[in-house]
Amino acid sequence: MAYDYEKSIRPGKLPHIWCPGCGHGIIMKGLIRAMDSCELDLKNTAVVSGIGCASRLPGYLDACTLHTAHGRAAAFATGVKMAKPEMTVLVVGGDGDGTAIGGNHFIHACRRNIDITYIVMNNNIYGMTGGQFSPCTPTGAMASTTPYGNPDPTFDISKLAIGAGATFVARGTAFHATQIDKLIAEGIRHKGTAVIEILDDCPTTYGRRNKFRSVVDMMKRLKDIAVPVAAAAKMTPEQLEGKVLTGVLYKEERPEYTEQYAQVIAKAQGA
Amino acid sequence: MAKKVALMQGNEACAHGALYAGCNFFAGYPITPSTEVAEVLSNELPKVGGKFIQMEDEIGATAALIGAALTGAKALDATSGPGMSLKQELIGYACIAEVPCVIVNVQRGGPSTGMPTGPGQSDMQQAMWGTHGDHAAIAISPASCQEIYEETVRAFNLAEKYRMPVQLQLDEICAHMREPVTFPEPGELEVIDREAPTVSPEDYKPYDDSQGQIPPLASFGSGYRYHVTGLNKAADGFPTTKAELVDAEERRQIAKVMDNLDDILKNEEYQLEDAEVVLFAYGSTSRSARYAVNELRKEGIKAGLFRPITVWPFPDERVAELAEQAKAIVCPEMNLGQMVREVERVAKGACLVSHIGRVDGEPINPGQIIDRVKEVL
Ligand SMILES: Cc1ncc(C[n+]2csc(CCOP(=O)(O)OP(=O)(O)O)c2C)c(N)n1
Ligand code: SF4
Repeated sequence: MAYDYEKSIRPGKLPHIWCPGCGHGIIMKGLIRAMDSCELDLKNTAVVSGIGCASRLPGYLDACTLHTAHGRAAAFATGVKMAKPEMTVLVVGGDGDGTAIGGNHFIHACRRNIDITYIVMNNNIYGMTGGQFSPCTPTGAMASTTPYGNPDPTFDISKLAIGAGATFVARGTAFHATQIDKLIAEGIRHKGTAVIEILDDCPTTYGRRNKFRSVVDMMKRLKDIAVPVAAAAKMTPEQLEGKVLTGVLYKEERPEYTEQYAQVIAKAQGA
Repeated sequence: MAKKVALMQGNEACAHGALYAGCNFFAGYPITPSTEVAEVLSNELPKVGGKFIQMEDEIGATAALIGAALTGAKALDATSGPGMSLKQELIGYACIAEVPCVIVNVQRGGPSTGMPTGPGQSDMQQAMWGTHGDHAAIAISPASCQEIYEETVRAFNLAEKYRMPVQLQLDEICAHMREPVTFPEPGELEVIDREAPTVSPEDYKPYDDSQGQIPPLASFGSGYRYHVTGLNKAADGFPTTKAELVDAEERRQIAKVMDNLDDILKNEEYQLEDAEVVLFAYGSTSRSARYAVNELRKEGIKAGLFRPITVWPFPDERVAELAEQAKAIVCPEMNLGQMVREVERVAKGACLVSHIGRVDGEPINPGQIIDRVKEVL
């Protein structure tokens, strides 16, 4: 029997706004399967986003959904989780939203190790505004504001998250659709800040400027560059040139922020 | 039993007033001259099971504030000039999404870093127009430590009742001076909590005004699932670009304030009955103005003080009456002409309007006001 996505989708809110071939929909399906496998109670689940194509995702889910301002999702989510730690708090958004304008909130959420699961849909571009370069646009790539090729170096979002203190970091791709839910589910079950970076595609504003003739070509790229962590361990640096690691990249147990604050309350109350 | 009286700073009074109002969440970023509000609440909130979080910047603080408020928290944030500028986008978010919260701006000199330890009243127009887009604003400027305590409670009440951000526009002088504050007994001051929905979760629409101008707000995690966005939206909370829906929503959000001025406006009038010259002053500057009224009266000059406590919305009607009554309105402000613009707008030339502006980090003293009154009469 086909998987039933309907029970998590908000009645009457489809069709979505995404372009044909956009990877965001694949990630949303993975997220729904993950939420389902974690048996999340949608009444007690907040899905928070910033602004961008990716950030439109929460509106389609039948949960407590909070579509905020560009870049600020992690900070709104921190407020929700801090005020009501019993809620499950998920964040979704684009690479631009999370690591450019929202970079400060992103790293500080990681540092605090607050129990939110942050899914970054990394399509290497600002899709919504028509394809300007993001901190994740490859150097040399074409974007609407890099007519001579992108001079900027790029962020590795997963490394950034690990460096900032996230205690669960995983990477998948929109091509490896069946892995997405497993990575997200593990992130949700993890106590602490979990960052799941999903490499994604934007055929409309990135693909067409960068000589991808079709969505299939973009998906092929995701297939070709992805190397599972275990496989990578057996590969030489030369073989790994141009590849990205996928799977669970980092996992650590460290006190979670709202639990730490519960101890502050206990101390203040003389316990 | 004798009431508790304590000598404290305005900022401390603000923090204690917040606690009286049921504040259980603070998010902020340190900045002079507002920091004592955060310091007191970092100590007091956990004692009552509340939460304090120091965020990475003022934008994050307002974001956390709104997130917490959506779960039902009564949330406070305190800042000053540079921080207030950073918050503006999200103040607009709280307006359009209709999320109750209170933001304290302890005004210092500016623009930019300006004079961090000097007083100012130069963010008065920002309190109304700082965020982009048409919206209503409520801002309050108390003038003593006792009043800061009580007006902080009222700020929470207005935020909860009208489902919107309320700004407390303090100034460095009021925030840092020490005065005895009498703590009201529980129940002595009114404390309002937001209205919760009575409809079932299935029927809940977060912006449905069919039962009144201010739709009830469900807390996240209370069984209601709904969508919150900063986009223009329909009654169900989902984005719309339908002209008539967008127009109706924007107008309702402004009307919910402008139709309830009797409830929201608050002024103090001193010696105005026969006043020929009216001093229009708020915050710490009104203290010099009151002194000036007393001195002028001793000399037989019929001066009076109009002190708006709610500064936004502006008390148009009363100021227009005073402009008809008086020969002149004198407006001392620690800025180069902000609220005086409103006085002029409302007076419509019915009397002379004269501004005393000061931006050198020094308070406006009574002598300056007295001299000006004598000049204009
Ligand atoms: C403060 C602010 N600055 C700029 C914008 C314009 N803007 C909207 S979405 C966006 C980029 C979105 O890119 P990304 O987060 O990568 O998501 P995508 O659209 O690619 O899914 C920008 C720059 C905005 N909405 N708010
Ligand atoms: S513009 Fe790009 S990111 Fe946005 S919906 Fe279209 S394909 Fe997806």
